[in-house]
Amino acid sequence: MLQIDRSTHDAIVAHAKRDHPVEACGMVVGPIGTDRPERLIEMVNAAGSPTFYEYDSTDLLQLYREMDDRDEEPVVIYHSHTATEAYPSVTDINLAGEPGAHYVLVSTAEHGNNDGPVEFRSYRIIDGVVTEEEVSVVDVTAAEESS
Amino acid sequence: MAIEVRIPTILRTYTGGEKAVTADGASLSALIDSLEADHPGLKDRLIDNGDLRRFVNIYINDEDVRFIGSLEAELSDGDQVVILPAVAGGAR
Repeated sequence: MLQIDRSTHDAIVAHAKRDHPVEACGMVVGPIGTDRPERLIEMVNAAGSPTFYEYDSTDLLQLYREMDDRDEEPVVIYHSHTATEAYPSVTDINLAGEPGAHYVLVSTAEHGNNDGPVEFRSYRIIDGVVTEEEVSVVDVTAAEESS
Repeated sequence: MAIEVRIPTILRTYTGGEKAVTADGASLSALIDSLEADHPGLKDRLIDNGDLRRFVNIYINDEDVRFIGSLEAELSDGDQVVILPAVAGGAR
């Protein structure tokens, strides 16, 4: 199961809507071993495409160095599909390189840049095998956040 | 000559879980052969048909090797090599 707080969930959805019809991509990283998606990092889709995404190689190195320095790891790796459902494509499966991460897919096919619900689904992708998992969106109150 | 090579999570099955290993070689190509000698199977994950795999990124001292000669990129003692799988995908 992926547990993610409401504000991070909403920020991913907002990113996907903003970049539509280009695929949006990014990560939510967290302290190593905690499985807690804490820090959202929107990445530039270097492919700039409605059907493909790829992090710029320099951005990628910088991101991994930063995680190293902060003892973080990728917890969520997200991207949007802008004309199809939020299910991993063959490309997504073949290129999934982080066996420990939750792969989140968001589909903006229905409402594009406009308001309205989006499909938000999460998967494990390990050795070419896709397993969908439950997404639990948690409302964190200001009091809890500061504790 | 000792060159530190950072190994990404997905390839650590070849290095017994090690995050970094030492290898040597005067070029990236020679370095990969040296890696393969100690960690059989690794080369195939980096090279396909004699070329660097499209969705594997290798950096020498923070430079993407694609901009500095790819497999012919030169290496010297103390250089740092980082291997990272591309983060990529999409609907197509």
